[in-house]
Amino acid sequence: MSLLSCHNLSVGYGGVKILEDLNFSVERGDYLCILGENGAGKSTLMKTLLQLLPPEGGTIETGDGFKRDELGYLPQQSAIQRDFPASVREVVLSGCLNRCGWKPFYSLREKALARRNMERMEILPLAKRCYRELSGGQQQRVLLARALCATKKMLLLDEPVAGLDPAMQVSMYHVIEELNRKDRITILMVSHDFEAALTYASHILHIARGGSFFGTVAAYRASAFARSFARRRGEA
Amino acid sequence: MIDQICQYLSFPFVRYALIVGVLVSLCSSLLGVTLVLKRFSFIGDGLSHVAFFAMAVAAVLRFTNNMPVILLITTLAAVLVLSGGRRMKLKGDAMIAMLSVGALAFGYLLMNLFAKTSNLSGDVCGTLFGSTSILTLGPDQVWLCVGLSGAVLAFFLFFYHRIFAVTFDEDFAQATGVRARAYNQMLAVIIAVIIVLAMNLVGALLISALIVFPALSAMRVFKSFRSVLICSAVLSVACSLAGILTSILWDTPVGPTIVAADIAAFGLFSAAGLFTGKGSS
Ligand SMILES: Nc1ncnc2c1ncn2[C@@H]1O[C@H](COP(=O)(O)OP(=O)(O)O)[C@@H](O)[C@H]1O
Ligand SMILES: [Mg+2]
Repeated sequence: MSLLSCHNLSVGYGGVKILEDLNFSVERGDYLCILGENGAGKSTLMKTLLQLLPPEGGTIETGDGFKRDELGYLPQQSAIQRDFPASVREVVLSGCLNRCGWKPFYSLREKALARRNMERMEILPLAKRCYRELSGGQQQRVLLARALCATKKMLLLDEPVAGLDPAMQVSMYHVIEELNRKDRITILMVSHDFEAALTYASHILHIARGGSFFGTVAAYRASAFARSFARRRGEA
Repeated sequence: MIDQICQYLSFPFVRYALIVGVLVSLCSSLLGVTLVLKRFSFIGDGLSHVAFFAMAVAAVLRFTNNMPVILLITTLAAVLVLSGGRRMKLKGDAMIAMLSVGALAFGYLLMNLFAKTSNLSGDVCGTLFGSTSILTLGPDQVWLCVGLSGAVLAFFLFFYHRIFAVTFDEDFAQATGVRARAYNQMLAVIIAVIIVLAMNLVGALLISALIVFPALSAMRVFKSFRSVLICSAVLSVACSLAGILTSILWDTPVGPTIVAADIAAFGLFSAAGLFTGKGSS
């Protein structure tokens, strides 16, 4: 049984479908990259999978003992909360909330987890700083540390490397790869980075209005999708 | 002056007023931080007008104990605005504006048409600006206030981290299995409770000041959620105490005096924020 399987899934906003008839499934340990043009509906699909938006048709099933509070999520960067007074530590810790059950406060275990993830993202020295005063790249790392805290089985990332400098991009990909290989965390990543997707992912979901591709990386390389996408990339 | 204060403190009505003042300002400032950060500053204003309408309804129906009616109607309106607003075509702020003026107009109409009091404008003015009703509280009203604010404080303490998560990023909280929608509903109920409590203190028109100013002042200087919450609570209690004592000593109206103290504190904190270079936005 798959962790997540979608049958004839359509996504959109308030009755307007942006993508139709998506069929794909995610097994435990998979690394799925979701590729597509700007505005193709990648973020919309992500929000539908997270049940933040209702599907416009079709079904999303979860299986293999996967529960909704076992996933972490990195939203696409937006101008959320420009004037929000919050320290980096407070933001990262809030990712541990889905481990708390009915406990009102964080235990030492959760605090240690937050610390470990801040170390991993190299933001431990910033722990006491105010989130809104950080640079875009630093904020992105804080949000990823928060997502890591929430992750038990699956991690959904919406353009995780956007806004990072090249060195940080590489280390971000390494962190994600390590999570996938060592901790057997299932990864769903929306990406613009075609090359990196083919390097790191095990499966590709390429979405487009006309029709979508889903399969392993090897099958994707051989498909017409990859060739047309790569060609357009080359021209741009 | 100290002697004078001590002398006043021997009157039970002064002690009651201080107790209620401290509790109400504590609750409203805690809630205010969440509301301001969620861009819901106007909700307090809109709902307080609904509470005024509810009071008019209770007066027309000749209820001796109007608290339950007011609580019920205000809570319904709060849940409607906070949860229904998302689904409706109307923009949130437009809906609150409509609710706000509509409730005010119908409340006054009802009172004018049906209420048989000799001093209508005095009653209305008292409800809107608080007049002296806080100085006429009986022990049972004080106990009700203590109970309700105790419940609100317990909620804040118990759900502190969840409130932070839902306020900072509702989508993330919801997506990772925290029941954000449920917390929003609970917040709606709490807003209604606080507004009904605060009506006694400052009157319907001035409740927003109690909710918004301490939070805004604290945000000028402090930069983490916890420190903003604590500062806002301390500041709000201090301003209310100062306001109530001032109004007793110099015989000024209670509500506006408290609000004036809050605004003065906001000025001070803004200056402090600029001075230390920490104040942004
Ligand atoms: N809240 C919204 N309501 C209606 N349409 C939206 C909303 N957000 C995005 N869209 C539209 O949905 C389409 C897909 O957006 P999105 O999923 O963000 O694309 P991307 O693949 O770049 O992440 C776009 O055409 C966008 O205009
Ligand atoms: Mg997107």
